This record gives sequence, C-alpha cells and structure tokens, in this order.
Amino acid sequence: MDNDLHDIALTVNGAAYNGRVESRLLLSDFLRHDLKLAGTHVGCEHGVCGACTVLLDGEPVRSCLMLAVQANGHAISTIEGLASPAGDYTPLQQAMHDHHGLQCGYCTPGILMTMTAFLDEHASPSEDEVREALSGNLCRCTGYQNIVDAVMTAASRMRG
Amino acid sequence: MKPAPFKYIAATSLAHALALKSEHGDEAKFLAGGQSLMPTMNFRLARPTVLIDINGIDEVSGVDLSETGPTCIGAMTRYRTLERDARLAAAFPLIREALPEIAHPQIRNRGTLGGNLCHADPASEMPALAVALRARLKIQSSTQRRWIAASDFFLGALTTDLQPDEMLTTIELPPLGPRTGSCFMEIARRRGDFAIAGVAAMVTLDDDDTCIGARLVFCGVGEMPVDASDATDLFKGEAISDKAIRDVAALAQNMIDPGGSVHASADYQRHVAGVLTERALTTAHQRARDGQ
Repeated sequence: MDNDLHDIALTVNGAAYNGRVESRLLLSDFLRHDLKLAGTHVGCEHGVCGACTVLLDGEPVRSCLMLAVQANGHAISTIEGLASPAGDYTPLQQAMHDHHGLQCGYCTPGILMTMTAFLDEHASPSEDEVREALSGNLCRCTGYQNIVDAVMTAASRMRG
Repeated sequence: MKPAPFKYIAATSLAHALALKSEHGDEAKFLAGGQSLMPTMNFRLARPTVLIDINGIDEVSGVDLSETGPTCIGAMTRYRTLERDARLAAAFPLIREALPEIAHPQIRNRGTLGGNLCHADPASEMPALAVALRARLKIQSSTQRRWIAASDFFLGALTTDLQPDEMLTTIELPPLGPRTGSCFMEIARRRGDFAIAGVAAMVTLDDDDTCIGARLVFCGVGEMPVDASDATDLFKGEAISDKAIRDVAALAQNMIDPGGSVHASADYQRHVAGVLTERALTTAHQRARDGQ
C-alpha cells in the first residue's frame, strides 16, 4: 500500500504547526519524532501506563491511542509547554521538585499533564480525589505518596 | 507496536460514514474514541485497511434526556460527557455509579458509549448496564435503519449483531419506574482495570415495599453480559428480606459461567459475583425504599 498521507494543521503549546503525516502515525510519535518534543514519553503504547498523556484541547488523553491526523485542527499541550519561557516552574512542577515526586522520571511528564488539568478543575481536592485522578498513571518508583503530597501542596499554593 | 498501514478517511456526515462503510464492508472500521480499537491496531491484532473516523460527526453525539419518555444518547457521546451530565446522573444513577469504574479519566475523555458497546468486551461495564436498563439500540446502514434490544445485540466475546455495513447510532433508555433503586459494583485488581466480576442490580418496589421488579446483570463472568434477572423471581410479590437476597445471590452464582484467568480462578470469580450480588441488591433495595 502506498503511504496514505494527510496534511494537518494544529497548535502545540501555542505554536502553530503544519505538517504532512502518514495516517498510521501515532500522535505520540508525531510529537517525539516529527516535532522533536521528546518530553512526551512512550511506555506501553496501549493506553495502560499513562506516560504519553498530553492535553487535547485542555483535556488529558493518551497520545499513543490517537492518530496524529486526528489532531488536525486541535490544540495539544505537552510537558515542554508547562514551564515559562524563562524556565520558571509551574506550582505543580515546583511542588513535585520539593516533595521528591519523581525518581527515574519516566512517568513524570504524563503525571504532570494529567494533574495540571486536574488542578485546573479542582482547586481544593481531597487526597482521595488526587489518587483517583492519578489512577491512570503508573509510577514504579515512588509509591505515589510523594506525588500525592506534591499535588496537595501545589493546590494549596495555587489557592494562595 | 505500531499500526499496520491503512487508508484514513474523516467522515463529514453520518450519510458519508455509512456510504463509506457500505462500500468497504468488513475491510473498514469506524474509529470512534479509539480507546479499544487503537490498542488492538497497535498490537496488529486488528488490521483494517480503511479507517473511517467518525469523530467529526455531531449528529451521533449528545444526550437527549426526557422527563417522561425514553432518553436518547448518541453513540459518539464520550464517557466524560456522560460523567458531567448531572441530569443524566439523576435519571440513571446506575450510569453515574458505573462510570468511575471504567478505565481512567484520560480514557474516559476519549472513549465513547457506542464504541464501547460495539467492541463488546465481556468484562466491560456498559454492555451489562445496557442490558440491565433494557436499552434499545438504533442501527443504521446507508439503506436501512432498525432497532434491536441490547439483550439481543451481544452475541459473544467481541461479537455483536452489527452487519458489515451498519453503525450503532443511538442508545435509547426507557425511563425508570418510580421507587426504583439501583446499584453497580465491581471488583478489579487495580482501579480502572477490567473487572474480575461486576454486577448491575435494580429493585422496584410498590407503595407497600413489595418488590414488583428487579434486574441483575453481570459483567466479566462470561462471554457477554449475563442477565441473571430470573434469579430475582424469588422477590416477586414479597417484601425483600436479607435471606431472600442471599438466596437470589446463590441462584445467580449458578447462572454464570466465568472462564477464570491468571488474575482470578473461575471459582473465585463466582465467589466474588455472589458477594457483590448480595451487597448490590441490599443497596439497591435500600435506595428504592429511601427514594434515591
């Protein structure tokens, strides 16, 4: 079969991208290989581990379970877009740092994207709600407690 | 771990999607939320030559809730939309209770009700709920439309009554009667995993607290949703007692045929199904009495 190519136009972290992609290219691979945004990690490629989570129009989704061509006309946010251009961390990133919410760091981009969207909707979450929101992101290092602590701290700091 | 090549077509309307499916038949797959199809394509367990993306079709999305008549849910309605619909949650507490058990928030942001039903995973929650709620499914092709009861739609594991040129477009739920209480429970190894066993229970009482109807449907313990409602015939015309609930659970345990897996033996699945049945019926009964 000849390559089935499609022109797409989307924004990633606010920047407009136009590209031509093969239909079977996963969004995760488009971000990593075509756009060189390798901060989005790929773990299981079947939607279980959550490492590849990005925001699609503000909502966390698995980028390994979407085709790049499906992102046409949409806004994608990745880990590279969280810190300010000057390098200042978001409150969640800072709290993850303060609480040692990561060890090997492989799952961290997916967790940051998931919990960034979660904190947008939940200003005063309970610890149970945080754990529920985290349930779709596997971390094999931390045991999760420090991640939960970080999200609770970030929520508290964001409330001011 | 990458999909085999295929031709991608973004359908622009329902008619367009149905015409494409009619043209390509079994070679083509509809791409709805993709949360089951994409993993199977990544593993190359599914290798459709044509992928018809129906995400751009608004006609088959959304909830049309009726106070008196049936409620219609478009097949492309995402779980997240259902989760955020307070009126739907009030009208069908069973759906509200089951939604958080379905995978994870990221999956629910994409996954659709219709896609889930058509995938017909035996461990999936929504097929069991559709049977428990006596849903009717609207099936369309480019030339015909028909309705089928959810109980007739599921034919086996990953197998439905859908023909190669057809699409499930609408899920219709009849209103619940007054004094109906419901409860969904499941046990999974980890939050969001497929259930070792799950059960949807519904109990309807008359003004004297006599049971005038009950539903009991399992997921994860057979090739498709298992309707064990006949076991609740013990309740009919009686005020429900703890003993009757235990007896119904014992009957129901003998109506299922779990396959067992590395995660749980068939005996353990049957045990869990029995325990969940007792708990879910007790809760549904309580809710019916309390008017919840």
